[in-house]
Amino acid sequence: MQDLTNLHAGSEVDGFRVREKVYDGGMAVLYRVEREGGEFPMLMKVPRLEFGSHPGCYVGFEVEQMILEVLTGPHVPRWVAKGSLEDAPYLVMEYIEGESLHTCLTRAPLPADEAARLGAALATAVHDLHRQEVIHLDLKPANVLYRPQGEAVLIDFGLARHGHFPDLVEEEFHKPVGTSAYISPEQVIGSRCDPRSDLFAIGVILYQLCTGRLPFGEPASLSGFRRRLYLEPPPPRQLVPDLPAWMQEIILHCLEVDADQRYNTAAQIAFDLTHPYHVPLTERAGRLKRAGLPTALRRWWQSLWLKPAVCAAPTSHLAQAPQILVALDPGYAQDALLQAMQIAVRRVVAAEPHCRVVCVTVLEPDLSTQQESGQELANSQYTQRLVEMRHWAAPLQLPLDRVRFHVLEGAHAASALVEYARQNQVDQIILGARGSSALRRVLGSVSTRVVAEAPCTVTVVRPPRSPV
Amino acid sequence: MKIAVFTDIHSNLEALAACLAHARSQGAEQYAILGDLVGYGADPCACLEVIAELARNGAWVVRGNHDEAALGGLCENMAFAARDAIYWTREQLTPQQRDFLRALPLVARNGNAFYVHASAETPERWRYVTGVVEAARCMEASGLPLTFGGHVHHQSLYYTTGSGKAQAFTPVPGAAIPLTPRRRWLAIAGSVGQPRDGNPAAAYALHDQQRNTITFFRVPYDYSSAARKIRAAGLPERLAQRLETGH
Repeated sequence: MQDLTNLHAGSEVDGFRVREKVYDGGMAVLYRVEREGGEFPMLMKVPRLEFGSHPGCYVGFEVEQMILEVLTGPHVPRWVAKGSLEDAPYLVMEYIEGESLHTCLTRAPLPADEAARLGAALATAVHDLHRQEVIHLDLKPANVLYRPQGEAVLIDFGLARHGHFPDLVEEEFHKPVGTSAYISPEQVIGSRCDPRSDLFAIGVILYQLCTGRLPFGEPASLSGFRRRLYLEPPPPRQLVPDLPAWMQEIILHCLEVDADQRYNTAAQIAFDLTHPYHVPLTERAGRLKRAGLPTALRRWWQSLWLKPAVCAAPTSHLAQAPQILVALDPGYAQDALLQAMQIAVRRVVAAEPHCRVVCVTVLEPDLSTQQESGQELANSQYTQRLVEMRHWAAPLQLPLDRVRFHVLEGAHAASALVEYARQNQVDQIILGARGSSALRRVLGSVSTRVVAEAPCTVTVVRPPRSPV
Repeated sequence: MKIAVFTDIHSNLEALAACLAHARSQGAEQYAILGDLVGYGADPCACLEVIAELARNGAWVVRGNHDEAALGGLCENMAFAARDAIYWTREQLTPQQRDFLRALPLVARNGNAFYVHASAETPERWRYVTGVVEAARCMEASGLPLTFGGHVHHQSLYYTTGSGKAQAFTPVPGAAIPLTPRRRWLAIAGSVGQPRDGNPAAAYALHDQQRNTITFFRVPYDYSSAARKIRAAGLPERLAQRLETGH
């Protein structure tokens, strides 16, 4: 058997030349490697398989190999190759040059806006992973890297689960696996199939970034793990009094024990972290101490009867909680069109009770805003648009946490909408077709461009009996 | 190479044709036919013609219990409907088709893959692999990393764990599952011609040797025509209904 755990700089394996050993741990050895014509820096991971090594080594390596090979996109390391020999396994992936979230933590507590930026990038990466049918299940600062452009990259898929593959980890361990500080309540009771487990871990990470402390400590025993099922962490604002209320709202929303009470998707967390002033504040935001003993006792009693939920693939979970972007032009569109759009949105809302509706309108920047009086005018225009959108949405009777309103600025409505949809992981855009005006014939229609360029489904609404 | 694994075709020409077309569209270059080519359905001769042609072009074909019954014997351990269909099938087959069935082996090997109709453990006894205990024995007996089987008319994937036991997994149609080394895998491909899991769509599996993945597929086909032919041939009504409901 070939030993790949002790390679020296300059040695070659299947065309990969070792530059240096970058990590030597109990589970695996990592090398920086290069290959002729390789376009990006590469990392070789070799599991430790010798006698006495941790039994999880191989399963973790096997699972990572299965999953990393099918993942794509900027939020995971690019897959390069796997070892061809059965007795000398290794895998090669992109080497991510960038800071680890673990390093950022040395500066914690961080200001809320910086924590929000790091958290939003992380949530965006997690959502992209869930869209690819994978739940990470071991999110922690050491497994999150940031590319120099700010995008988060998730690494170490040894405990991850792909919704369409057999779960080799569950079969091997028959006990909760994960990192004690970040493991979710449902993982503690043995469920490995809820994408919202990753949202809990995002909550722990945000808590840690904002307060410099871990909400549940680092328990070493199963009973210590279980404590998070009934004992609340101290509210972050108890530790950092000037932390904004919206940040506490977001953190505690992620840390709900019952996954149904958490955010539905990581995209919703990313949205709230990038639009903090639109987050509706609930009782969570104002909490200054944890719940008392009677509540903890009641939750402890309830926790004894908790059973793992029935599994569903991550994408079918996401499909129930789509992000719907409604592009409105309430001041100018005809009443018939606005009514037709209400009906179209109502249909989606009724079909998907966990969806979130984001109403936006695009405000064209006015040259006169250079002047002081112009700024005031722009502000009032901004407010007027918000008021009009809220008025339009009122008959839909959406609960506060399911609707958001936003005024975008941009000279070109179509590109502003498409860009916004891309940044916020929108699943569907609903917008109205403006009638056949002479202007549209000259300038081209907004909806045509959105349909052509949007990264998601687009529904173009026309009122009944529209002239063609 | 991509190999389409068909099993339990049961004289269902409509299902066989639909699966062949689907497999070709998925890039299948070769076929493994895991037995029970005849029985139940109304098109034994046409199905055997198609399969014999595949065999001439290099497909692996193994024998199932219905193929054996179609050659003779009392079929005492078969249900009434199955037995009626076998007696009817015997009258349809030409001598050449009987020779083709007689010449089929019980098992076949292709690289690291083992093909069998029922279980690799005593294949001639037609044991059903319905759980992890039987699956573990089957994987042990085949002696190869990958075993492909049929006979139970459901799609499932079994694999060995670190402790040597077997685990079961219910595959999602259309998802390519990596078959990692250091384990044994047993894929039950489901039935082309008579699915029994409540979904009437035909079932087969595609093994991609190069990527070492297996993908289970469900293919809609014209089961109404297949059922109509069963009724027209005077075969038991239950066999026609089965195709329509998938039960």
